[in-house]
Amino acid sequence: MNLELALPILIPLISGAVSVALWRSVRYQRILAVVATALLLAASVWLLRSTVDQGFLVMEMGSWPAPFSIVFVSDILSAIMIVLTGIIGLAIAIYSLASTPSGHEKFGYYPLMHLLLAGVSGSFLTGDIFNLFVWFEVMLLASFALLTLGGERAQMEGAIKYVTLNLFSSAIFLSAVGLLYGTVGTLNMADIAQKVASLEDAGMVTVVSMMFMVSFGIKAAAFPLFFWLPASYHTPQVAVSALFAGLLTKVGVYALYRVFTLIFTQDVEYTHTILLWAAALTMLTGVLGAAAQFEFRRILSFHIVSQIGYMILGLALFTPLAIIGGVFYIMHHIIVKTNLFLVSGITYRLLGSYELQDLGGVYKERPMLALLFLIPALSLAGIPPLSGFFAKFVVIRAGLEAEAYVITGIALLVGLLTLYSMIKIWAEVFWKETPEHTKSLSLLKGDMKKSHAWAYYVPVVGLAACTLYIGLNGQPIYELAEMAADQLMNPELYIEAVLGGAQQ
Amino acid sequence: MESLMAYVVGILFAAAIYMMLRRSIVKLVIGLMILSNAANLLIFVVSGMTRGAPPLLPEGADAPLGIVADPLPQALILTAIVIAFGVLAFAVVLIRRAYEVVGTDDLDQMKDTDT
Repeated sequence: MNLELALPILIPLISGAVSVALWRSVRYQRILAVVATALLLAASVWLLRSTVDQGFLVMEMGSWPAPFSIVFVSDILSAIMIVLTGIIGLAIAIYSLASTPSGHEKFGYYPLMHLLLAGVSGSFLTGDIFNLFVWFEVMLLASFALLTLGGERAQMEGAIKYVTLNLFSSAIFLSAVGLLYGTVGTLNMADIAQKVASLEDAGMVTVVSMMFMVSFGIKAAAFPLFFWLPASYHTPQVAVSALFAGLLTKVGVYALYRVFTLIFTQDVEYTHTILLWAAALTMLTGVLGAAAQFEFRRILSFHIVSQIGYMILGLALFTPLAIIGGVFYIMHHIIVKTNLFLVSGITYRLLGSYELQDLGGVYKERPMLALLFLIPALSLAGIPPLSGFFAKFVVIRAGLEAEAYVITGIALLVGLLTLYSMIKIWAEVFWKETPEHTKSLSLLKGDMKKSHAWAYYVPVVGLAACTLYIGLNGQPIYELAEMAADQLMNPELYIEAVLGGAQQ
Repeated sequence: MESLMAYVVGILFAAAIYMMLRRSIVKLVIGLMILSNAANLLIFVVSGMTRGAPPLLPEGADAPLGIVADPLPQALILTAIVIAFGVLAFAVVLIRRAYEVVGTDDLDQMKDTDT
């Protein structure tokens, strides 16, 4: 029994339940949200430390031996993802204190946030394919409710598309799990990997792998399955947008990494080539979509899509260096993207709009805020010495070493276009004069209420510090990514750890 | 029996997708319902159908005597049905709210957030 393996799931689940019990007292729910996410972060760091020290951590539910029970497994990649979940959870919990409208708080915003974090943590830790489906649904149901909280027209329209496509993806996932169970007769991922490798009917396995690719591709918002994302992510209140932007699509990317390094490696030539082209087109369409947008959060939403392409590119090249790059990219991206959404929320608080044409003049009145935008924005575009530079550098170097020149060229071009989008936001929101028609509404000159301002700024400053830390102190992070990639490229280690060598 | 069930699964998937491609949001949700049923039935069929052999051990035996049904797919389907029930309950509330807010059930009128 490894306590540290259970805590990242138990903490949000229990605090979610307690939050529901404290339904009438929003004040205690707020305190609990911050305390619980801080505990989650502490537990996740503990998990990462023990995973680095001891290698794989495995917990068998009900003490049944491995292939028969549901297992929870932590390797370095899962532990990293859990730490990122902790960081984002804490940042969002603090930010929500100021930004969440009180109507949302009264209708269960905090319990849903805890439930979402529990679903995300569960997805990262489970070692059972059907259990993964269950955690996905936990996460989805919480996200559905968060997305529609408030009930405005745009939210309803966005939610219908979001709900439909995610349920469709779940149905494909479930069918694929059924077909896989029919083929190999087990649900434990390590056991599946072992049995798939010795299976003669390779065609069936490839069919199932494509179903998984489509299903996780929808969740990860990969080309051509991403349309639900820009239609819905800009509609809820900003803390929810930021939480989704940081974590949800990355769960899909994590699932792709898990199954396409552990289970479906029998026909890399075929599956990973499809992933490679999907990655290239994801990058391109995402960034071109962003170039056509003139709304702060819509631009950022399209950039999520384009960045997902880089992560899938790391997986698709399928060399050790590429996987390192992909893992590094995920770490960098989650922090940076959440931070950008949080900044957009502050400018909304100041100027009352997300439309670029209504915004302006922020640099003149709030130069520090402009700096706080510039750090994640330039990091997203990949300017040294920020975190994005190293992430892109590793992925592109891996592309060159694998002699995939066209894809690498696309990745470089997309970096340039990302910079264009960020400069567009910079010029419109920060440099331009405040337009006349928004001046009357503007809070730029006045003080934000003191009690609120810290809750807006602490998470943004903290995440910007993380970006700077990854950028200026890349070596330990790179080593961590290297260890994660080493485990991913040697799936027999994972199988050995879960099944304990007894199953032969 | 299995090939007949395979056709049923196929027809259910086709019907679900046809319903989801209609413009009305009510039909969309009906499509989602059929889709989750199709997936459940698929699990049931591919994991092997056994007639009238519950997976119970006679008293004192360590292993089942003859062929028994695999209980695991049934557990999976039961879980999936519960999840689908919860999600669909949400979807029904969602389309009702959407109808109240937008004032139509036509998906073509709900393109404000598209790009």
